[in-house]
Amino acid sequence: MKRTVCLGTVAAISLTAGQAMADAHAGSTLAEVQERGTLLCGVSTGLVGFASPNASGEWEGFDVAVCRAVAAAVFGDPTAVEFVPTTTQTRFTVLASGEVDMLARNTTWTFSRDVDLQQEFVGINYYDGQGFMVPADLGVASALELDGARVCIQTGTTTELNLADFFSVNNMSYEPVPVETNAEAQQQYLAGACDVYTTDASALAATRATFEDPGAHVVLPEIISKEPLGPLVRHGDHAWGDIVRWTLNALISAEELGITSANVTELAEAPTDNPEINRLLGTEGEYGAMLGLSQTWAVDVIAAVGNYGEVFETNIGEATPIGLSRGLNALWTDGGLLYSPPFR
Amino acid sequence: MATITDPPSETFRLSQLVYDTRYRSLTIQVVAFFLIIGGLAWLYQNTVQNLADLGRTFDIGFLWERSGYDISQRLVEYSNDSTHARAALVGILNTLLVAVLGCITATVIGVIAGVLRLSNNWIVARLMAVYVEAFRNIPLLLWILLIFAIFSEGLPRPRDFIPDAGTGVASASKLFEAVAFTNQGTFIPRPVFAEGAWLFWVALAVAIGAIWALRRFARKRQEATGQIIPTALPSLAIFVGAILAAYLLISAQSRDNELAFIALGAEDGQSLAEYSEAAGRLDFCRIRGSGGSFSAQTHLESADIPHRAVEYFGTRDAAADFVRGRCVLYAVDAEDAPALAATLAEDIRGEETVAILSTTVAEGPAIQADLPTITGIRLTPITGGMVVRNALIALWFALSLYTGAFIAEIVRAGIMSVSRGQSEAAASLGLRPGRIMSLVV
Repeated sequence: MKRTVCLGTVAAISLTAGQAMADAHAGSTLAEVQERGTLLCGVSTGLVGFASPNASGEWEGFDVAVCRAVAAAVFGDPTAVEFVPTTTQTRFTVLASGEVDMLARNTTWTFSRDVDLQQEFVGINYYDGQGFMVPADLGVASALELDGARVCIQTGTTTELNLADFFSVNNMSYEPVPVETNAEAQQQYLAGACDVYTTDASALAATRATFEDPGAHVVLPEIISKEPLGPLVRHGDHAWGDIVRWTLNALISAEELGITSANVTELAEAPTDNPEINRLLGTEGEYGAMLGLSQTWAVDVIAAVGNYGEVFETNIGEATPIGLSRGLNALWTDGGLLYSPPFR
Repeated sequence: MATITDPPSETFRLSQLVYDTRYRSLTIQVVAFFLIIGGLAWLYQNTVQNLADLGRTFDIGFLWERSGYDISQRLVEYSNDSTHARAALVGILNTLLVAVLGCITATVIGVIAGVLRLSNNWIVARLMAVYVEAFRNIPLLLWILLIFAIFSEGLPRPRDFIPDAGTGVASASKLFEAVAFTNQGTFIPRPVFAEGAWLFWVALAVAIGAIWALRRFARKRQEATGQIIPTALPSLAIFVGAILAAYLLISAQSRDNELAFIALGAEDGQSLAEYSEAAGRLDFCRIRGSGGSFSAQTHLESADIPHRAVEYFGTRDAAADFVRGRCVLYAVDAEDAPALAATLAEDIRGEETVAILSTTVAEGPAIQADLPTITGIRLTPITGGMVVRNALIALWFALSLYTGAFIAEIVRAGIMSVSRGQSEAAASLGLRPGRIMSLVV
């Protein structure tokens, strides 16, 4: 955490020129994006299900859908996005220097990132926790049996610090094998250069899904931390932050209100009996104009990527190879934690 | 009558700073110095100003905060409770380690390759040319990645060293029962020294001094009389003799030297076995490179006492963790034990007692080899010895091979700069090729 701060500071120094340019445009990220015609969205370097290029080179995934939703809100066109792959080390610098307009890169919302690094987390799109994955033939059933293990860990992440805490609290020793990206971790882990891979449980599931034999690896039951993941923007431009925040909220509200990509056009044609649906879809009030967007921004978003539930199911849900259940990420009405403030 | 004219008086004029060669170089240096200082000040000022614009201060205070992360490759004590500054120190020392190792091997490789490239044997000379050209012209980073990939993908996993339950045969085995090459690193024996190991350094210094004197004498003699005195074998004899003498001298002391165990939460007069039964698995404070610590741990193993070794770089770090209860069993010279136990007991804040167990162990000979052993546990299949991590090996090899190629060219240039006539002259005097190389070239 502190290390990221320090790295960020160093990088900030070297990027002061870029920063100065970004500052000149501060307060008008939306205008800048509209002028450019595309949204620059920072994503991970490749994590199947969350953000990865498919066979035809198009980015797809759970985080990518957030980028596409914002592009749809701004331009009405979900393809007007340029994806910028970022590593765990570079992500904050890339955002702070203005190289991207927003990050949707399974990034944990923490105090120091929000306050000290001056980022603005606009919400949470995935409630996650840190887990451990081990080869099944290692014969380990609990994380508390990992004394002496060699652990692959991505540097500059909250998981790196959680890992150190977990082992020292439980009076166990381990040897860190630092890796830069998920792909490198996967290579090291499969070669057996580390016995354990630890990162967010969702990323573990996504990584395991890409293995030749996923059944030969188990994710241990212990979840050792809270990892609320969400999209973030730079401090300072609140209008832009609002756009990203309410795009995410629109996805969640749409699921709650039963709006899907299939019925959204129909519902938006004329005012319905439910005033909240009308406000969201622009058939009542001037909510789009308040954001500086078109009246049908939310319709474009939902028509493009679907509601939160659809995004979840198509990318990482139980029907996909990643096979994550909704769990904490179910709507609050279904016993989960997802809860959007009302559109009013 | 002679008129004495005064020499022209040496008045200093400002223009001399530029036009007088005696002062000019000084002037240039002073100006350059001020420019550099000015440049640095401008950079600093710029940094502070830009950071201030971002709402930050130029502050290195974070260096003294707790780091929270771990580092596996370290030469000094470090844990996630240490500061960022300590982490930086660990990094600097690791860099120095690679630099020193790399310098040595690169020089050796470079000299050999440089000499061989001039060999009369066509194949050898061509092979070296291929080596030099290939390594000089491919980026260093690629070599590092390639060597690292070969090590992590090509070598067996530590788990493969465990014999199969059914057949009793392991799919990988140690080289000479001492070195295990794995994809997690290479496990090599670690020499551990008994108390008084400084005698080895004395012996080493004496041996080097004696060898130097011998060679000097031989050279003087050769220059005076032309007689050649063999120096290689006597040098070796002096070296081995001195080390052997030190070994015997220390061993005489340490072999029967008794070590006592200081244990946390034990009762006085308890034996090790009784304490172990009461306390369960013991965290043993192991001092890296200490023969006594090694003997004590060997004793724990042979007595089948469940334990785990927690390694420390020095006795002070071990004592500090003992007080905090991170390790509970500490082996120390029986004579010093009561005093140390008393100090430790004082430092402990809680109710825990500190007692000296009745079991003792002999410290053992001056040097012992801590060999990597196969445990049969899947998570930690190989314990003991010392791990040279693949990252270090990859960096070290790549740097050595890459820099070695450049050194080879320098050596070749050096040899070729000696005119051919000189080596021919030496040959005509009847000197053998080896002597021509060492005496003339």
